[in-house]
Order: sequence, then C-alpha cells, then structure tokens
Amino acid sequence: MDFLLLSMVKIVAVLAYIYGLMWVLGHTKRWVKFLGVALAYGIIQIALSTEILTAFDRGLLFQASAITMVSLGLNLIYGFNGQFSLGQWGFYGIGAYTSADIAWRWVNGDASGFLAVLFGVVLVGFVIIGVGAFLQKVRGVPVISAFTLYLLGTVLAGAIAVGLAHLLSPLFAGGLGVTGAPGPLAQGLPLQLLFFVSVILAGAFSAEVSFLFGLPVLTLGSDYFGIATLGFTIVVNTLMVNSDTILPFPEMKGGRGMVGVPQMNEFAWLWVFVFMLLVIIVMRNLIHSSTGRTIMAVREDEIAAKAMGIDIAQTKLLAFIFGSLFAGIGGAVYAHSTGTSFLSPGTFTFLVGFNPLIIIVFGGLGSMTGTIAASFGWIFFLEGMLRVLLGQLGTEAPTWRFVLYPITLLLLMLIRPQGLLGLVEWGFLKAKIHPLRRSAAADAAADSAKLS
Amino acid sequence: MQYFKKTPVTDHKPNSRLAWVGQGFLLILAIIVIIILAQNLIRSPSLFAQNVIDGLKLGFVYAMIALGYTMVYGIVKLINFAHGDVFMVGAFVSYYAVTRFSLHTWAKQIFPGMPDWLVILIGSLTVILLSMVVCVLLAVTIERVAYKPLRDAPRIAALITAIGVSFFLEFFGALGFVFSPRFIPYKQPFETMSWYINNGIYPITPGSMPPDGSITFSNIFLIIVIASIFVQLLLQFLVRRTKIGIAMRATAFDKPTARLMGINVDQVISFTFAIGAAFAGLGGVLYAIAYPSIHTQMGILPGLKAFVAAVLGGIGSLPGALVGALIMGQAEALTMGYISTPMRDAIAFTILIVVLLVKPTGIFGEPEKEKA
Repeated sequence: MDFLLLSMVKIVAVLAYIYGLMWVLGHTKRWVKFLGVALAYGIIQIALSTEILTAFDRGLLFQASAITMVSLGLNLIYGFNGQFSLGQWGFYGIGAYTSADIAWRWVNGDASGFLAVLFGVVLVGFVIIGVGAFLQKVRGVPVISAFTLYLLGTVLAGAIAVGLAHLLSPLFAGGLGVTGAPGPLAQGLPLQLLFFVSVILAGAFSAEVSFLFGLPVLTLGSDYFGIATLGFTIVVNTLMVNSDTILPFPEMKGGRGMVGVPQMNEFAWLWVFVFMLLVIIVMRNLIHSSTGRTIMAVREDEIAAKAMGIDIAQTKLLAFIFGSLFAGIGGAVYAHSTGTSFLSPGTFTFLVGFNPLIIIVFGGLGSMTGTIAASFGWIFFLEGMLRVLLGQLGTEAPTWRFVLYPITLLLLMLIRPQGLLGLVEWGFLKAKIHPLRRSAAADAAADSAKLS
Repeated sequence: MQYFKKTPVTDHKPNSRLAWVGQGFLLILAIIVIIILAQNLIRSPSLFAQNVIDGLKLGFVYAMIALGYTMVYGIVKLINFAHGDVFMVGAFVSYYAVTRFSLHTWAKQIFPGMPDWLVILIGSLTVILLSMVVCVLLAVTIERVAYKPLRDAPRIAALITAIGVSFFLEFFGALGFVFSPRFIPYKQPFETMSWYINNGIYPITPGSMPPDGSITFSNIFLIIVIASIFVQLLLQFLVRRTKIGIAMRATAFDKPTARLMGINVDQVISFTFAIGAAFAGLGGVLYAIAYPSIHTQMGILPGLKAFVAAVLGGIGSLPGALVGALIMGQAEALTMGYISTPMRDAIAFTILIVVLLVKPTGIFGEPEKEKA
C-alpha cells in the first residue's frame, strides 16, 4: 500500500512538474522563462546526482521522455493531420539504431559511420530539394515517377556518401584511438558533443526515410495507409533481426541485440531534457504557425482544404516528415540513455509499437498537453506501479499488462473518444493571442478623423 | 504586367507528364522478377514446382481467411484486425479438442466396431465443426460488444477498437489458464501422409527419403485445396442465390436504403461476421495441421497477409479474394525459396503498396464512387 501511495505521489509530482514547465515557458518575461527552464533542469539534475531519484525512477524518466517525443510525432501525424499511422515505431527504431551505430563506431576508432550518415543526410537533403524544385517546375508528374526520381537520386547520393566516408575516415583514426584505448576524440566532452550531433543526424535520417516512404504511401486512403505503415514497422524490425545477415552491419549482432552502445551517463538528463524541450517547442511553434493551420485543415476536410488552395499531398508529407523526425530523435535519445548499453530488436516489434497510439488516444488526439501528460503518466503508472502490483501474480505480469491495455483502450473508445484531457492545453502550449499592433479604438479614431 | 501573363494551356492530361519514368521503373522491377523466376525455373524445374506447391498451400489457407476480411470490409468498411485472432482461436480449440477431450476418436468409443477410416473422418469433421462454432460465437460476441456501439463513430475509432480486440485476444490467450504463452507442438487429428512425384506417384514411407528432384505433397495439401474451393463455391452460392446473400449485397451497397427495404441490417452484419469467422476457424485448423506449431500470436501475420490478398484481389469481391490469396501465397513461397526467408513478410507489404498505387481498386474491384 505504501508503494501505491508513493507511485501516486510520483505521478502527481510529474504532472505538476510538466504544468510548471509549460507555465514558465509560456511566461511573457524572457528572464522568467530562462530562469524557470534552468530551474526545471536543475531540480531533476540535483535529484539525480544526489540519488534522491533511484535508478529505477531514472530509467522511467528517460524512457518517458523518449516516448513523449515519439508520441508527439505520432500526434502530429494522426491527431493533427488525421493520417492513421502505425509506422512511428519503425522510425523510432531507425533513429535508435542509426545513432547507436554512429556512436559505437566512433568509440571503436572508426569515423566512417558518422561521416557516411552526415554526408548521406546532407546529400539526400540536396537531392530532395533539387528534385522537388524540378518537379514543381514540371508539374503534373504521377507519384510513381516522382518516387522513382527521388529514389534514383537518393541511391546515388547514398553511394557517394559511403564512398566519401571511407575515403575520409582514416583522417580521424589518430584522434579516435582503437577499441581497447579510445583516443581523445572518443571520450569526455568530444564524445558528448558527438551524441548531440548523432542524435540530430539520426532524426534527420529517419525523416528522410519517411519522406521516401511517405511519398507514395500517403496517397493511399486512411486505413490502407495504416496497414502499409504497419508493414513498414514489421519490415524495419525484420531488417533489425537480420542486420548481420541481410544488412552489412555485423556490430548490430542481429536478433541477439547490439551490445556496447555508448551511453551519455552523467550528461544523460541534460541531453534528454534539451531534446525533449526542443521537440516540444518546435512542434508547438509548427502547430501555431500558418503551416500548422493547413495541417489541421487537411484533417478537418480534405476537399474544402483543397478548395482553399492547400496542397494536400505536400501538407501530409510535411506532417509525416516532422513526426518521423521527432520519432527518430526520441529513438536516438533512448538508445544512449538506457543505462544498459544494450539495444535489442525486441524493443522495436510492432506489438510494442501500438504504445504511442494508445498514449495519444488516451491523452487526446490533437492535444499536446494530453500527449505529454499521458506519456509520463503511462510510463510511471503502467511500468512503475503495475509492474510491482502485478508482480505478485508471478511470471505472467507482462501478459496481464497487455490484457489490461486493450480493455482500457476499448472502454476509452466507447466512453470518452476524445481522450482524457480532450483539447485542454497548458501554458506555453496554448495558442498565443497576438496583441494587435494598434488598438482597434485608435484605428477607429484615426478613421473618423480622416472622414470628418 | 507580369501578373497577368497568360500561362500556356497544356493539352496534357493531369498527372501524365514524365509518366514513362514510373512505368519504366515498374517495368524494370517486373523484368527483374521474371528473370529471377525464369533462371530458377530453368536451373531446377522440380524445385520450382515444389515452391509453387508450397505457395498454393499457403495461398489456399490465405483465401479462406481473406473471405472474412473482404466480406466484412465490403459491408462495414472496417479492417477487422481481430479476424486473424479468431483464426488463432480456431487452431487452439481444435488442439484442445484433440489433446484434452480426444474428440477425434469419439466414434470409436461409442461404436467400437466402426472401421478406422470412418472414425477418423467423423472425428476430424467434429473437431473442425467445433472450432468453427466456437469461432462464430466469438466473432458474433466481438461484433456485438465492441463494433456495434461504434457503428456511427468515425471509421478510425472502430479500427482502433479492432486493434484493441485483437490485442486482447492475443494476450488473454497467452495467460496460463487460458491457452499458453509458449509455442505448442500441434497434435493432428489424423495421420499426415506424403507422396512424391518422380515418374509416377509413390507414397513416402517413414524413415525413407524421396529421391532427388522429386516433388512432394501431402494429404493436407489436397484437403486444404479442396476445402478452400468448396468454401469459395459455397459462399458464391450463398451470396448469389439465397435471401440472406441478397440482403448482404444490398447492405454493402447502401445501408440506409437496405434498412428502408425491410432488411435487418444489424442481423445481416452479424451474419457476415459469423460466416467470416466460420471460415477463419476452418482455415485455422487446416493451417495448424499443415504447419504444426501453434502460438497465441500466430494469427497476426497470416491475418495481415490475407487482408493484403483481399485488397490485391479487389476488396468486396469473392473471386478476387481467392486470386489475390493465390498470388500472395506464390509471392511468399517464391521469396522464401529464392531470395531470403526473413523477407517473406516484407514482400506482402511491398505488393500492397505497389498494387494500391497502380490499381487502387485491386484486380476485380469496382471503382468506388467519389464522395463529395
């Protein structure tokens, strides 16, 4: 019973923390904002370093933060843009494995992974922009042709990137050292900075994959799109399980799981916090921009949106890319903050992939607050509390959890389909009311002065 | 006055520029596939035929599952995710009927003088019928409890519910007191027999290997083919000739009008779920006999592939489900045989995407009316 009470206190504390953070971020005074964010970071950092928060809580916290990013991405795709996607978990896995591989190679004295992804991301970005500009000029190109052009360009860019990486990686070999004795570039602060870059690269990589995949698939109808993205998650997982046989990555060790993924250790909360904040701010600003309004217009009514001059295909693609970007970042952060330096394909099977969907349905479709609160609540409640409560049932506890999820999901769909929090937003996440440049009264006065 | 510059009027049809790029891409893909197949066919015709037979076995099982998907989707426009799990329940029910209750030999215990082949025939039919009945009850319950309250909700809400039901069946089944969380070796209600074709048909006796270059097949393969074709014909008859079949078609076409014509739409929908579940149960038993290892998550991938088959053949079309399923079975078996075994799941979804892009209505599908 003691434990139950403690768990409840933890959940309430986490929700209060999120509310406070959002309130501080939404404050108009700039110094309050910065001080508040620094305080929010500091509290948890102190609690972590003085070990007030146990290793168990620490794991839950980082897991919840990663899940928050993934679920926010899915909410952008499904909640705000109305495209029922089950592929989010695949992009999460791509992000995790990409970043893990970059860092693993870096620590083991091989810069080729980092360079290949860096060049690949940049070159493919150029290809996408270039081909996109060409297609804008030509107009009226069928999707398959456009996809073929993008695919050709991407394959070419990827080949060039890999070639360049192999050419240039010996330059770094001196600073990186070898497996047994890492050089100065592979430890300390440079390694932490590499994490920052590799997480962003992993996010960008999964965003580009999502572009190539989304281009043809987003033209399908809503539930066909769901099945196709579910297929994507299954295929990504199949590739992970066979990464050492089908794919040329022996260090990922296929179905046995990748061992020795470099960890952020003492800097973990800093990066987790920075990336979570970054994702929240980018997504909030995206939604409250004119682009965000087009995204929501497509969800409400595609035909009406088309009549308003909105390019439907492009808007859907944009939301899909941003959602996958967030998922990739979340996955990369997860890979480096597990604390066990172990990455298993079992984490990325499509059955687990329904979790973000359950979270956003719980929190409310089209509600950022709901998603964040539900992610933390879900992890702390189900992972933290139920694991111990159901642990008394013996070895079947994990199965019982999966029996309880669908029942809650069903009840929620039947009783309150708009989610627990519905459309409530907290502080920073609320739409900002722009102050008018001049007051309406002054305008009226000026007009009447002109007329008279 | 550049704002009023006239844009040149093109006489292109919309979406027709550079169409050759995409068509060429698909053509090259098709040519690569044909070359791979032709090479392997020439290298070893008997191995190729063996793969085709394996593909037929898979395909006819998928056809039985796909019928349920295509009928349900045709009527309520819902991807019934739980259908694959109904299939799983069918396999498990038959397993327990055989191992716990020895239902496959009940005739022997009542009439000891009965010949063995008749005992096995009656016993197997009883087991299959029992599985089908349980599946029907389960599917009708699911429909009443989970889908009916959401009939007027957005389609995605029903889809999420379907996923929820599917999850529930999988993990509730995995509890120790229900089925089992582990893979279970399946006990067949009748003996499997195999033959090989090598200048004539010879039975394979246990402990001996068929000579190289021969094609093997088993009695289960024949049973699956016959059962699947029988089911297909039965359903064709049901849908075309009987009153309830006409009601089903009317409901699929226009629900409110069908209700005005005095059709009990709820009953028709329940009936559709029931028929689909019966055939899924049959498919589950036959699948478990053919691939004798059962697990509570065994229904997910066959279910998804059967759905892809239904889409491929044109959703709502009964012959389409059969043709689509046969193509899927071949694609999967040939991928397993000639490319790599793990990619068997990838090929299904690749086919789905290509088909939906090239011909969104599937092979036999009718073009859908655009709704404003």
